[in-house]
Amino acid sequence: MQKDVTVSIRNLSKHFGKHVILNGLNIDIEKNSITTILGFSGAGKSTLLKHILGLLQPTSGEIHVLGNDLADMNHFKLRQFRQNFGMLFQYAALFDSMTAFENTAFPLREFSDYTEKEISERVSELLLSVNIKEESFFKIPSELSGGMRKRVGLARALALSPEIMLYDEPTTGLDPITTRMVNDLITDTSKKYRERGLTSIIISHDVKATLEISDYVAFLDRGRIIEYLPALEFPKSDNPLVKAFINL
Amino acid sequence: MIKFLERQIERLGASVLVPIGSLGDVMIFTYQFFYWLVKRPFRSKLFIEQLLFVGNKSLFIIFLAGSFTGMVFSYQTYFGFKMISVDSLVGPIVAISLSKELAPVLTGLIVAGRAGAAMAAQIGSMKVTEQIDALEVMGISSHQYLAVPRIVAGTIAVPMLTVIFNLIGNIGSWFVGTKALMIDEVMYFSKLGEFMFVEDLLQGIIKAVFFGFIISVVGCYFGFTVEKGAEGVGRGTNLAVVWGMILVLILDYFLTSFLIRIL
Repeated sequence: MQKDVTVSIRNLSKHFGKHVILNGLNIDIEKNSITTILGFSGAGKSTLLKHILGLLQPTSGEIHVLGNDLADMNHFKLRQFRQNFGMLFQYAALFDSMTAFENTAFPLREFSDYTEKEISERVSELLLSVNIKEESFFKIPSELSGGMRKRVGLARALALSPEIMLYDEPTTGLDPITTRMVNDLITDTSKKYRERGLTSIIISHDVKATLEISDYVAFLDRGRIIEYLPALEFPKSDNPLVKAFINL
Repeated sequence: MIKFLERQIERLGASVLVPIGSLGDVMIFTYQFFYWLVKRPFRSKLFIEQLLFVGNKSLFIIFLAGSFTGMVFSYQTYFGFKMISVDSLVGPIVAISLSKELAPVLTGLIVAGRAGAAMAAQIGSMKVTEQIDALEVMGISSHQYLAVPRIVAGTIAVPMLTVIFNLIGNIGSWFVGTKALMIDEVMYFSKLGEFMFVEDLLQGIIKAVFFGFIISVVGCYFGFTVEKGAEGVGRGTNLAVVWGMILVLILDYFLTSFLIRIL
């Protein structure tokens, strides 16, 4: 029986002038899974992420997300559709003029019909669930540590109960303890929201962390997926480039 | 030899195409402003915040520049006019110069240096820290959220500041003219009424609307086009100030030649 697919990409190509970034890329990302896309810098990982979000238009190829062909959506539908996504950025991308509380409340104030009291309850619940203590609720991002910023970023990403969570290089530049904390946070979030069908897609080049937390691992090279395996089988790949990347 | 010639031709082509491309980008950016201006939701809270930032927080420097411009101009004019015995015309000359030219241009230059730079720096730092991407991923137009309130606020605040500059400048001129230079106060006001018209005030205010718009567009544009981290933010801020000021001065010439015919 074919498994549920959240993201399906067929023959995706993207050219910027003479530069070919994605070159006939194919991938199916399973619902309810944690899938990591590995690759060297400049392999096209971020470009792929932007295509999944509908932020970039492909030169050719098809992208289906949650059963919708992104090419059929106009500008406004795409914006609405993006509310199905939550994204944790590499450096959290918190709005620096807002407190942790306001950052988390931001998507709720923009898109939900909640009252201020309901928003306050939901934000407190979200921040506590990512281990942000009440005394840090009203701190601005510059007063928070890197790990705390990531946690607030995750709370904000989860505010609208997304169906797809995207993580852009979540552990890059972090110390081993914070890396462990972020990885735990990703797996906990995935487990917690699994019954609601949350699909997690991680862009990374951190092999160790990837193999620990992912269900599937894809390897992107020069605009193509050259290997796509369950995480347990990935280290046994015969592909020489994958081998070299794992052994770096 | 052929390769050398090819390179020179390419370089020449680039020197023409790059500025045209940039101009095109600014045009597209301006079009996007008008497109998002009429789309819901209207972000009145952000607009008021920006209006306070551009308007309210520029008041001190506008007071300072306005009062000293009026006082100095009054002095300079008085000693020139006294030689041909028309020193009673100091009031209207200062008032007309301020309202038509000095108030809008100096206000424009001050706002370009203060608010235009701040717009580029704020948006630029949001760009390099992925805050703009975060807005887009949430399905919020960064143009609507960041550029529209700033450009509308700038377009409204600069004419308001110009009126204040004008008023303060004239008070400064009156003070120096009648208290320090002993021009008869009745004569000062009667000549002012005789030579100063509403059209003179209107000309300055119309100019200021355009200056406010162009300064804000330039400030936001250079913020959105920032690249390469902190260095890029600095460069974008610098370009916003330089181009804001250049465009105020160029636009002033064309607006003057146009408005002088219709007003």
